[in-house]
Amino acid sequence: MIPDAILLAALFVPVLGALAIAACDRWPDLREAATLITAAVLLLCVLSLLGPVLGGAEPQVTLIQMLPGIALSLRVEPLGMLFALVASALWVVNSLYSIGYMRANREAHQTRFYVCFALALACTMGIAFSANLLTLYLFYEALTLITYPLVTHHGDDEARRGGRLYLGYLLGTSIVFLLPAIVITWAVAGTLEFTAGGILGHGLSNAAIGGLLALYMFGIGKAALMPFHRWLPAAMVAPTPVSALLHAVAVVKAGVFSVVKVIVYVFGVERITGLASVDWLPFVSGFTIIAASIVALRSDNLKRRLAYSTVSQLSYIVFFAALLTPLSVVGAALHIAMHAVGKITLFFAAGAIYTAAHKTEVSQLDGIGRRMPWTMAAFAVGALSMIGLPPTAGFISKWFMLSGAMSSGKWAAVAIIAVSTLLNAGYFLPVVYRAYFRPAAGEAHGEAPRAMVFALLLTACATVALFFYPDVPLSLARRLTGG
Amino acid sequence: MIAENLPALQVVVPLLAAPLMVLVRRRTFAWLLAVAVSWTALAIALALAFKVREAGVISYAMGSWPPPWGIEYRVDALNSFVLVLVSLVASVVMPYARTSVAAELPRDQHYLFFSMLTLCLAGLLGIAITGDAFNLFVFLEISSLSAYVLVGLGRDRRALLAAYQYLVLGTIGATFYIIGVGLLYLMTGTLNIADLALRLRDVHEMRPVLAALAFITAGIGLKLALFPLHFWLPNAYTYAPSAVTAFLAASATKVSVYVLLRYYFLVFGIPLVFGRLPMAEVLIGLSVLAVVSASLVAVYQRDLKRLFAYSSVAQIGYITLGMGLANEPGLTGAVVHLFNHGITKGAIFMLLGGVSLRVGSTSLERIAGLGKTMPLTAFGIVIGGMSLIGIPGTAGFISKWYLILGAIAHGYWWLAALIVASSLIAVAYVWRFVEVAYFRAPAPAAAGLAEAPVSMLIPAWIMVAGCVYFGLDTGYTLDGARLAAQVLLSSVR
Repeated sequence: MIPDAILLAALFVPVLGALAIAACDRWPDLREAATLITAAVLLLCVLSLLGPVLGGAEPQVTLIQMLPGIALSLRVEPLGMLFALVASALWVVNSLYSIGYMRANREAHQTRFYVCFALALACTMGIAFSANLLTLYLFYEALTLITYPLVTHHGDDEARRGGRLYLGYLLGTSIVFLLPAIVITWAVAGTLEFTAGGILGHGLSNAAIGGLLALYMFGIGKAALMPFHRWLPAAMVAPTPVSALLHAVAVVKAGVFSVVKVIVYVFGVERITGLASVDWLPFVSGFTIIAASIVALRSDNLKRRLAYSTVSQLSYIVFFAALLTPLSVVGAALHIAMHAVGKITLFFAAGAIYTAAHKTEVSQLDGIGRRMPWTMAAFAVGALSMIGLPPTAGFISKWFMLSGAMSSGKWAAVAIIAVSTLLNAGYFLPVVYRAYFRPAAGEAHGEAPRAMVFALLLTACATVALFFYPDVPLSLARRLTGG
Repeated sequence: MIAENLPALQVVVPLLAAPLMVLVRRRTFAWLLAVAVSWTALAIALALAFKVREAGVISYAMGSWPPPWGIEYRVDALNSFVLVLVSLVASVVMPYARTSVAAELPRDQHYLFFSMLTLCLAGLLGIAITGDAFNLFVFLEISSLSAYVLVGLGRDRRALLAAYQYLVLGTIGATFYIIGVGLLYLMTGTLNIADLALRLRDVHEMRPVLAALAFITAGIGLKLALFPLHFWLPNAYTYAPSAVTAFLAASATKVSVYVLLRYYFLVFGIPLVFGRLPMAEVLIGLSVLAVVSASLVAVYQRDLKRLFAYSSVAQIGYITLGMGLANEPGLTGAVVHLFNHGITKGAIFMLLGGVSLRVGSTSLERIAGLGKTMPLTAFGIVIGGMSLIGIPGTAGFISKWYLILGAIAHGYWWLAALIVASSLIAVAYVWRFVEVAYFRAPAPAAAGLAEAPVSMLIPAWIMVAGCVYFGLDTGYTLDGARLAAQVLLSSVR
């Protein structure tokens, strides 16, 4: 009973927090305190669910009967637990960072910013804990809409253009592909509950299953599978804290999380293993991995480079989930967490550089490592994690993905990893090199505000810590495949 | 005593209240009476709906003349649903109308306005409740004539032209309808709708019956603004007083859709309409054209009332689409969309009333920065817009879900694709509003603008809340719609 109540709390704490934030509009210090307290309480809620879930419990709550036979309901399963844990833990750090960033840059409409942020987290929790496809879809769309004011925060023409792409791609794919996919699933299976082993049964021909998979994979635009990836670089017009938590963690991970969930709980790994009609997915995601890396290699804008790196890394998750071997699915699930801590560190660093030095391009970063030593050290850690080198979190998930690919003899997959690792190194290491080994130019400046540096050091430490202590994410990911 | 006569009271109360307002000639009295009448009508409609769900069809013989000779009022799951919709909309619009009308009409016309609005309500309720084809015509005329007057009361002079256009086309529609009924009477010798259905079985292959079907389709099609018979609608909605637009958009076309549903499924019957005649193809074809073309036209409108008027034509297309699908999910979608679209458009037009009161216009250029100057109004319109798009969590999503389900049940994959693709056009026109309202700075003249009066905001936001509530808790609406769909399909079982 108590875990059920906590589950409900996880959804409503951020909503109540948003109300409190709105009420404290006139007192910025109180408002920021409300954000931090909400984030902390949410993390506590999620953490207190962890014990029961690791013990095999599945707390659940039914909110309301939305359509006959389909309720809005929440249920905690291992993958959702992992996602919620990552998002809520990073929200605490991100709130610290946001406060430093928003104040140092004198951003306008800060109350709106924090309110939308809290509501976005509520939607993220809804996605993570959704018990069926309809609930997932509801929160998925809500997340798109509630993050729109965050993406267009600056309210200028550039923000409006970015917002159009953001909304156009995300709403477009989810309405045109995802909604029909869900309706078809309902028509065929008669249920939308996430069930171990899948719900589709044998009601569809193999070719139709391939088509349905395509509707899902492209419909979940948040996973940024090419050619529906352009919203992600467009969303970089947002203030950096938004790019950091939402477009490196909450929103994009909601996408790949949904992908893994659909493959594992709707299709069922066994049902689609060996089907010729689903073979296209590794190709599309493999192509995205490589192509996005090449674009990243060529972009000079730091946030844009990070965004394309995210597109590429997201496709890792889709790619390895699509390989359908137990180890690779574990690796994919792990990567949701491992990529998150590394990438948020990188974005934090980019935002810190912008705040302290007002630099946005990679080519401007000569010698910045001496002026902002802490920030650039954290950046280096994040970069190592992206490449997948020890001692960082990225190594762990890459290890599982590689073992999955090798154990099933998928050498093409191994080759893709090898090439993309080289590419990752190719676009991250030059940044680090510039920062430390080129002479500095321009005006002297110091580190960013303390709150920001503290936040980015925290995530950098977490990136290293997860290498040494990956037990919690690992056991959650293993439970996903029943191992 | 009262309980037995509820079907009659449903119509008689507003019908008698209207002349009373003219006799007393006091605007406050007229308004209070109109509010009281609309709330009474809602109470009666809910009571009837409850009774129908408990005990099945209610048949009420007017003046104790037994049907099929006398006029029968007949309430089943289908029209009780429509009665609730119409009276619900009226009971929210009436309180709203006071402030809106005070701003838009000269003082000495107020009592006339409320009298006409009440009369229009009586007519619409009458159309829905009556079981007699000719009586239906009478109520059709009552509601239409009062609607022409109401549209003509708009303060813009173009309102007169719009009313005239509406009058000409509406009269053609009514005439076509009565010609159709005449032909049916010729063939069967009865005017009772239930009786007509029985007697038509023997003669339904004959040419006059087919002609009657054609006349009724065209006549009612004009009334419900079935594409391409929708030309009167955008002008009428744009230039009518705000409260009238809100009321008509939410109820008048919906009642006409109900009439067509009743004639197609319960009088002519599925075998004739959808078996022998290609009405499914015709309806689906016209609906698709309506949805796509009217949505596209809406994207390019410069005036918000016009924009949402074209959106109405498109949304009516969704309803007739569900009708053309003629299966259970499709019809459920159509009926529930009557309700969902009714409250959505009611909400939007009520909020636009506030805009036109404060800004003096609803043109897109003038409302720049509305998100700052009138935040509650602007946000309400955004929520209404989401319901038009069919975002999950809003009422519009529920309808769309069933329509897609209905299309898939027929194996019309292209149609399912078109339904979802057309939602994207709705995204485009809703986002035009969002960008103007939130991304443009308010004009200097508009800087001191206040939020709409509370007496208008509260009713409007009740409707907005309805858009969300009926998207999450579908117990009432969907159960009602499913029962109605079963009634419509009962003739084949």
